Amino acid sequence: MMPFTYSRAASIDQAIEMAAGGRSHLLGGGTNLVDLMRKGVERPSGLVDVTALPGTIEETGGGGLRIGAAARNSAVAAHPLVRARYPMLARAILAGASAQIRNMATVGGNLMQRTRCVYFQDVAGARCNKRAPGSGCDAAGGFNRYHAIIGASPQCIATHPSDMCVALAALDARIHVAGAGGARTIPMVDFHRLPGERPDLETLLEPGEMIVAVEIDASPFARSTYRKVRDRASYAFALVSVAAGLTMRAGRIEKIGIALGGIAAKPWRALRAEAALRGGPATAQAFEAALAVELADAAPLPGNAFKVGLAQRTLGAVCIELSGSDR
Amino acid sequence: MSRIQNAVIESVKTVLGWVPAQWLPGGTPDPLIERRAAIGRQASRQDGPAKVRGEARFAAEVAMDRLTYASLVHGTVTRGRITRLETAAAEAAPGVILVLTHRNMPRLAPLALISFTDLSAVGNSSLPILQDPVVRYNGQVVALVVAETQEQADHAAQLIEIDYAADAARTRFEGAKDDARTPASILIEKNHVSVGDAERELERAPHRVDNVYRTPGHNHNALELHAVTVAWQGGSLVVHDATQMIAPSANVLARLFGLKKEQVRVLSPFVGGGFGGKGLWDHQIVAIAAARLVDRPVRLVLSRDSVYRIIGGRTPTEQRVAIGADTEGRFTALVHTGYSIMPTYGACPEQYTLGTRALYRARSFEIVQRHLDLDIVPNTFMRAPGEAIGTFAVECAVDELAHAMSVDPIELRRRNEPDRHPISGTAFSQRALMQAYADGAGRFGWERRLAQPGARRDGEWLLGMGCASGSFPYVRMPGANVRITLRRTGEATLSCSAQDMGMGTATVQIQHAADRLGLPVEAITFEMGDSSLPAGPLAGGSAQTVSIAGAIMAAADKLTAELLRLAGNASPVAGLRAGEVRLVDGGITSIANPSQRESYQSILTRAARNEVTVSAAGSPPLEMLKFAMHSSSAIFCALRVSQVTGEIRVDRLLGSFDCGTILNPKTAASQFRGGMIMGLGLALTEETLFDERSGRIMNATLADYHIPSHLDVPEIDVMWTGIPDPRSPLGARGIGEIGITGVAAAVANAVFNATGKRIRDLPITLDKVL
Repeated sequence: MMPFTYSRAASIDQAIEMAAGGRSHLLGGGTNLVDLMRKGVERPSGLVDVTALPGTIEETGGGGLRIGAAARNSAVAAHPLVRARYPMLARAILAGASAQIRNMATVGGNLMQRTRCVYFQDVAGARCNKRAPGSGCDAAGGFNRYHAIIGASPQCIATHPSDMCVALAALDARIHVAGAGGARTIPMVDFHRLPGERPDLETLLEPGEMIVAVEIDASPFARSTYRKVRDRASYAFALVSVAAGLTMRAGRIEKIGIALGGIAAKPWRALRAEAALRGGPATAQAFEAALAVELADAAPLPGNAFKVGLAQRTLGAVCIELSGSDR
Repeated sequence: MSRIQNAVIESVKTVLGWVPAQWLPGGTPDPLIERRAAIGRQASRQDGPAKVRGEARFAAEVAMDRLTYASLVHGTVTRGRITRLETAAAEAAPGVILVLTHRNMPRLAPLALISFTDLSAVGNSSLPILQDPVVRYNGQVVALVVAETQEQADHAAQLIEIDYAADAARTRFEGAKDDARTPASILIEKNHVSVGDAERELERAPHRVDNVYRTPGHNHNALELHAVTVAWQGGSLVVHDATQMIAPSANVLARLFGLKKEQVRVLSPFVGGGFGGKGLWDHQIVAIAAARLVDRPVRLVLSRDSVYRIIGGRTPTEQRVAIGADTEGRFTALVHTGYSIMPTYGACPEQYTLGTRALYRARSFEIVQRHLDLDIVPNTFMRAPGEAIGTFAVECAVDELAHAMSVDPIELRRRNEPDRHPISGTAFSQRALMQAYADGAGRFGWERRLAQPGARRDGEWLLGMGCASGSFPYVRMPGANVRITLRRTGEATLSCSAQDMGMGTATVQIQHAADRLGLPVEAITFEMGDSSLPAGPLAGGSAQTVSIAGAIMAAADKLTAELLRLAGNASPVAGLRAGEVRLVDGGITSIANPSQRESYQSILTRAARNEVTVSAAGSPPLEMLKFAMHSSSAIFCALRVSQVTGEIRVDRLLGSFDCGTILNPKTAASQFRGGMIMGLGLALTEETLFDERSGRIMNATLADYHIPSHLDVPEIDVMWTGIPDPRSPLGARGIGEIGITGVAAAVANAVFNATGKRIRDLPITLDKVL
């Protein structure tokens, strides 16, 4: 690890000021950043600890929730309102990492965590355009089972590893950010970027901006859940995951939200599939067909071609679970 | 190993065949088999409380004055030469005391590779260590930084700049097959075994299976990282190591650094998991060299990444298994051949075909292993080297044949159960595999299995059951020495440089010594973990317990003779010879007339002695050449496979073991379970991602290399026949490694039973099942 300065911000304004200019990073739970510093992937000149900033979970006027960026993942998952109103979010968080990591990790940090692509993490031995722009991508012809099947580019095929973000995408969360230039709100579905020519740019955050809170509206879904698919039953990233919410009216789908994890550089909100399903019956076949439409542009690799069918079947099974219908 | 060795071993075996069994060790059963008190009882580990309290000091925790800390730098090309080595920035970094590279490393001879005919040869690699600018595998140690703190050492290590001229490297398994070598022997067995014409038998067999099975590379992931704390004290060397080979390491280090044997002391009282990986590798050597150069103690704790880079793991294999059977299911041909990596500078041949020789009767055999040369960190021994993955191939093939013939897989095994060693014709010392199957099947509920795949389900989950045999050879190592000091107070101290990687070495030998010496367990102390004690063999091959037990037997005989001598003519036992007495109830008792006895206290008091000390070595382990001696097991697995996702979740696992006397049910059950959990990892998730383009391991972390998590481990039931082996000390055979054997096949066979899909390529990940 390279030497760095450490400071602790007492307010959002102070954090913005402390992190301005240099190569400082904001430090939440450190569950990803510190690992990356040990590996030499991240080499910040300073860390600004933001865990003392607001991490409260409050009800908003419209029956929604506002979650402070410093809230610990485990606190969000255990919160009675989250469990009652957003089961998909509670389940997504609990499907991630380990209890110890969830106790440390913050909501802001979860949004900002970086891909677990093994080539990205191997500074000494692998090329990576995300880590060192222009150096090349060793994942493309290498081990890419955990990599993207859609929205990737020749420069990068990495996936975003978060479970929580997949649920937030399905819930149309909004990310409140603050910076020297003032405050603004970014829709969750837009917050993460696809790699394109610049895989090193992962979010819409501008330099000097920071996440201060995540806001979710009152849930439009009568039922929702999160299902994560992985070889190991715990402490493994998703090969495919599905966050889905559903409201039925007279046997027809009235409201629906679907997002997928483990398949792209961002939580993949399946808007095309949702449009195809809205107003129709909730059957596994309909869901699988709708996802086929959604994934029509998928470009899987030899190591992850199985994910296309896996995503479809997983969504179909989630549909059965949510609608109570049978195949 | 050479053809000469084959000839020597074969002639020894032949001669032993002529020698009457009673002349050999194990010729008459160990009397303790019949009269044991402490042995066979549940006993918690002696070291447990100290570990739970955090008082046990591991190698990375030993306190030293003026201690310095070291950090390794690994090469990043697979073959090549260092063309630029810039250390100035590192040397100038805060706290740095030394940057060690090939430029200033003392010139040392290469390590002698582990050998089963030279017990003081324990190297896992014979490659030079920091002796030249040449890089021979990806991850090789190219520099070491020593600093005042660990953080300063780690920091400075990142400041070293190295350029390489890369050469072409051999990194592709498939590509290396053309140049495969066929060694003359595998460990101490002849490699190529050909009985009859197996290919021809196979061709004309009415039933046959013939498939290729693949197992991936694996890495060692003991919880405790490899670590060493080293100090030169005057001309002597003290090494606090995490090792499963204390005395042999001390011997080798003395030779390597030009010291007398008594000038080197290796201590390793606690080891946090060994599994074959805690041997002598490059890190101890560079730390010792660095400590001499800085003239201060040095601590080197490998990072998890470093463990992957410089500690070898298990080689990948490609194995062909073919079985031909007649209409009754009797095997007419058994073929087991394959490829694995074994660089010429490595020591472990991954003997995946050795177990096959003793598993089944067959009319013909064709067995041979071929070695591939790749430029890799040399693979090494990993829990049940050979058998862990060899049983996967063979036991899947048996299941496939059973299914093809519509015969219950246990019944098919019964029809091919050998009554003598199928190839040598040697008698088994004891073998009750079929009883293990019967006991296990009953407890497991095997009769509820439906032979038709996919016939049972629970919602989206397909349910399946599978079974498989496990096996592991009995080994007793030569060169086990024990010292016994018996005090007038009726207490005894036993001393041996033994190792404990968590399995309860001292606990079990205390139980043993209590029965052997006729004392309560509370009266026994077992000193271990220190090369200054009488030398024990390395802890490997599931052999340590019986090896030390054999030495304690010998020492107890010597002690008996010494006590009789001290007892003299005034003793109630006067005139009795060693063979006519036994040690019970704190004294010597006539076997013929138990009332004729005298206590140790009385004998030593009369002889005006506070204590009596004897040392002895175990007898040569000739029983393992005279008899076919194997632990065996029947493993049962029940699991579910999601039809939606292909995810596999194991519901139940049962191991029914035939391993001789079980000395301590508590520690034994723990060993069995641990092995079986490792077997689950082998079956379902563990895989070293070796990038053949670069020759580099890509998942050198516990986040990316998936061992089973708690949620992957179901309730594991273990049971045993407990039938003593009449040829071994205490009637015991090894139990440390057999637990992993058979598990991967039982899982794979259960997956087939659930889904109808044969996965012959480990690990069985969900994409293979879909």
